[in-house]
Amino acid sequence: MMKGIKKWRLFSLLTALMVFLSGCGEEHLSTLTPAGQVGREQFNLMLLSTGIMVLVIVVVLIVYILAIVKFRRSKVGEDVIPTQVEGNHTLELIWTIIPIILLLILTVPTVVSTFNLADVSGMDQKDEDGNATSVTVNVKANLYWWEFEYPDLGIVTAQELVVPTKEKVYFNLKAADVKHSFWIPAAGGKMDTNVDNLNTFYLDFDNPSKDLKEGVFYGKCAELCGPSHALMDFKVKSLDRADFNAWVESVKASAEAQTPETDLAQQGQEIFNTSCIACHAVSGAGSTGGVGPNLATFGDRNRVAGYLEYSEENIKKWINNPEEYKPGNLMPQPEKINNGKKFSDQELSALTEYLMGLSVEK
Amino acid sequence: MSSIAQKKGFGATIWDYLTTVDHKKIAILYLISGGFFFIVGGIEAMLIRIQLAQPDNDFISAGFYNQILTMHGTTMIFLAAMPLLFAFMNAVVPLQIGARDVAFPFLNSLGFWMFFFGGIFLNLSWFMGGAPDAGWTSYASLSLASPGHGIDFYALGLQISGGGTLIAGINFLVTIINMRAPGMTYMRMPLFTWSTFVASALILFAFPPLTVGLFFMIFDRMFGANFFDHTMGGNTIIWEHLFWIFGHPEVYILILPAFGIFSEIFATFSRKRLFGYSAMVFATVLIGFLGFMVWVHHMFTVGMGPTANAIFAVATMAIAVPTGVKIFNWLLTMWGGSIKFTTAMLYAVGFIPTFVAGGVTGIMQAAAPLDYQLHDSYFIVAHFHYVIVGGVVLGLLAGLHFYWPLMFNTMLNETLGKLTFWLFFIGFHLTFFIQHFLGLLGMPRRVFTYGANQGWDLYNAISSFGAIFMAIGVAILVANIFMTISKNQAVGNDPWGDGRTLEWAIPQPVPFYNFKQTPLVRGLDTFWIEKQEGNKEGMLYAEPISDIHMPNNSIIPFVMSFGLFVGAFGALFNGEKSWAIPVLILGLIITFIAMGTRSLKDDLGYHIHKEDLMDTKGGKH
Amino acid sequence: MDLNTKYTPQSWPQHSENATLEGKNKFVGFWLFLGGETVLFASLFATYLALKNKGPSGMEFTTQELYELPLVFIMTMLLLTSSLTSVYAMYHMKNYNFKSMQAWLMVTVLLGAAFLGFEIYEFNHYVHLGFTYSQSAFSSAFFTLVGTHGLHVVIGLGWIILLMLRNSKRGLNLYNAPKFYLAALYWHFIDVVWVFIFTVVYLMGVIG
Repeated sequence: MMKGIKKWRLFSLLTALMVFLSGCGEEHLSTLTPAGQVGREQFNLMLLSTGIMVLVIVVVLIVYILAIVKFRRSKVGEDVIPTQVEGNHTLELIWTIIPIILLLILTVPTVVSTFNLADVSGMDQKDEDGNATSVTVNVKANLYWWEFEYPDLGIVTAQELVVPTKEKVYFNLKAADVKHSFWIPAAGGKMDTNVDNLNTFYLDFDNPSKDLKEGVFYGKCAELCGPSHALMDFKVKSLDRADFNAWVESVKASAEAQTPETDLAQQGQEIFNTSCIACHAVSGAGSTGGVGPNLATFGDRNRVAGYLEYSEENIKKWINNPEEYKPGNLMPQPEKINNGKKFSDQELSALTEYLMGLSVEK
Repeated sequence: MSSIAQKKGFGATIWDYLTTVDHKKIAILYLISGGFFFIVGGIEAMLIRIQLAQPDNDFISAGFYNQILTMHGTTMIFLAAMPLLFAFMNAVVPLQIGARDVAFPFLNSLGFWMFFFGGIFLNLSWFMGGAPDAGWTSYASLSLASPGHGIDFYALGLQISGGGTLIAGINFLVTIINMRAPGMTYMRMPLFTWSTFVASALILFAFPPLTVGLFFMIFDRMFGANFFDHTMGGNTIIWEHLFWIFGHPEVYILILPAFGIFSEIFATFSRKRLFGYSAMVFATVLIGFLGFMVWVHHMFTVGMGPTANAIFAVATMAIAVPTGVKIFNWLLTMWGGSIKFTTAMLYAVGFIPTFVAGGVTGIMQAAAPLDYQLHDSYFIVAHFHYVIVGGVVLGLLAGLHFYWPLMFNTMLNETLGKLTFWLFFIGFHLTFFIQHFLGLLGMPRRVFTYGANQGWDLYNAISSFGAIFMAIGVAILVANIFMTISKNQAVGNDPWGDGRTLEWAIPQPVPFYNFKQTPLVRGLDTFWIEKQEGNKEGMLYAEPISDIHMPNNSIIPFVMSFGLFVGAFGALFNGEKSWAIPVLILGLIITFIAMGTRSLKDDLGYHIHKEDLMDTKGGKH
Repeated sequence: MDLNTKYTPQSWPQHSENATLEGKNKFVGFWLFLGGETVLFASLFATYLALKNKGPSGMEFTTQELYELPLVFIMTMLLLTSSLTSVYAMYHMKNYNFKSMQAWLMVTVLLGAAFLGFEIYEFNHYVHLGFTYSQSAFSSAFFTLVGTHGLHVVIGLGWIILLMLRNSKRGLNLYNAPKFYLAALYWHFIDVVWVFIFTVVYLMGVIG
């Protein structure tokens, strides 16, 4: 009997949670479904402040509704001259002091949390062998893509942020051209990528992202940076530490592994090597420096150009007319890199085949 | 619109308005041009909502969308809200304190024309290669990278109109300090005058940083300076600081006069003295003061460190206290009163819950770690529309209905007015309430489109749907205004019957010299006191009828502003067109010659003689 | 207000700048304007301090190498003295002594012009060294701060000269007394700003 009730309670709790969550947007994108400690701390602060604020609103509304119902002229009488009250010191004191108390309640966790979230002292810790104990990612925001360099691990990716779970992941943020802002709503608040200085902060993730709808979180650019500001999404994948280590190894090995398997892909590689390789690297080993996004993990992407659905067709469209799909981006139109003409269908198929084969996960 | 104007020919009327230094006519100029820019900004807003009504929409292209969003914000803040507030300040404050005019009628005219030409200059960008596209905040790295001349139009246009605003601010300060009628002590000044006073002080100290920032931007983009170019040692964060040191007080410059208008309306239509007057005054001053200490809360995510963020978070929260005091005082003003729901009062009553909602989301954003999530998301968009539309625009619409009879001696149709209110009010909440959630669901602001299936589709559709109501409401308001003007039905003195302050004691239509004799003020709500004591004459007067000194009209302010307008084109095309520098110099010469004329030619004004004032025409020739 | 009213030193009001409503308004308005100007210069100073010695990598200009204190010291003395002479002018205005007022204003103008000459020489010298306006963020900030002050000196000189010429024939009255007073006030303000420039830019640049 008791067991039944317990189960029932658990069930109803879960249902309530489900209903609540369905109003919370997409789990891979919403601040209302925090994916880690940082996001949760901010979410809790939101619950606390919302609670206090709802209290204030309720009090105001009660006085307000009573006032406009009780004291309308049709009720009071047309010719009544109300008493001209000057004020009331007790009331004035009450509505000065109570808000101050409410704000103090909010101030304490705000200040504590501000300092907590800015604590990046763990970033430079090393173990006995001199290896960094935590993962640090150098984020470089570009018009309109993201580069993620893992300096301690010697690898670099573009548009794909892969992080280990259950530990703090540190970020060094900088912009390459104009100011952007680095935001993974589900994981926690944003931090600007300035052109002038390096910003540092951390995020953390509780669980691997593979259970999410698309298997990944998404990050956004939050600062207006030009026409395609809206199209600057990036993918965030959280993995168990073991999976993460394996992923790092395969990225390191990507230089050798990226050999085309089919003839078409072979052909694609030749085109790539004449037209694209000046800007795009296909090896994930090494450090930053590419003009364009590193394509070592292109085959593992979920989107094309940050926002289009990942399909052969979209890759072709994108390569042959980047300006149309992402206005203001810096990727040259095909005419500029392919002897003054667009890529032919055949060339596009070859390129696509080659690019989709660039993978560290398959 | 007045009976005098109709007797003149059309050309003469135009000339009259081009040269006028009369605060009542300048108020009308501000009202017309501010209203025009409000419509322009509103159309831009509708384009934004059409584009975002559904995911992956291609109604507007990416670059053009950025121009529209920039111009929507810039127009609404600088060219609509501020001038409309200046319209009411000009129309009401001198009458409210029993002054002949403002302290510097000439500068009043200059301030208006600088605003006007600055606004025109800014909007000409649409026809000359594209509008600014870096947001109304125009953050330096993006605005330096922006191609074309859009940002140049922004910087130069705002510089000119900002100069006009600064002049207007000083003018109201001096007017209120020096020209109050006998008996009008500081603590007897109506709340609208008080809030004008504090807002003007904010203008005085907040606009110079903007001026400096805009000059840096102009020099960087047009004259080879390197303030914001980090490769040359510059720093873009300087712009952010300068902009927000101006930008935060700016929102109080907007909201405080709106608070003032609401205070007058609550007292008038509750037939009751404003509850806790001295606390209200103190709260207004305190809000103005704190307004300068919180600008960093716009920059929590810039990376200034936890100490700065924590200090500014706490300082920001402190502003909630005086604001709360105001809200409760308004509620208690209604409490025990006799509330008449005119259109103006409806706006005031609608304002309270709306503004409280906008205020509490402000407190949420003040909690720095929470703001890391909210910053630059649609939550922010929702918040500032709640305070600026829910506070300032509702205040302006309330003021429009409330002060219309004072300005034009006619009354806007109340039925249409209430219809406008309900449409606008419901539309507003439909549009913006849902945007809080869009932000929480991860939608960044200033995006020209968004992909489907991110959980945002329905909410955006609702938001766009609500905007239609607001547009219809404004259309009805415009129709109402034209109907009222064409009917031209005079309403006479004290049209609301419950006028409390000095401006309602003046005979209608208001004589061009204002009060024939300067009134004697015997307390707060001085006109109410006289009415309660059964004073048939309306007021007691502090002086016998005597000659009145009046300033002369002048075209010089118009010419001076026009010179700056011309010169701005020269600066804009510097280094690109050969005629640029000559045009810049030509413009400045026009301005300096006009200034020189002003200083060399004595302008002592003229007198209306006592005898003329005594006859029935009251000094009209 | 009648321009033809004749005054004697005895009938001339003690505070002629404040004796009419117009005068009072100008007096208060101008003080407020100077408040705004103070914020303007504060913003320029803050920017200068943030960008001091900042430039493209490898920039060789620093405050230590660039500034020459003796020159700036002479400029400071000139401007301080001119502030003093404008006080004398105001003293004579109070006593309704128009001729002496004009004479002292003349001295003020000459000292101000000398200051301006040195400043032009200084700027020219820097430009010849290669320290041009576009050279670095430091140079932009320096020329904008000091140049804005220089522009104020030009405006102040123009204002005083115009007032002296316009009123040379008709002498003092209650219409122009506030104008003279405010021009002198403006001149003091310029002087105060220069004291800050001398300290913050030059002294702290060379010594600090």
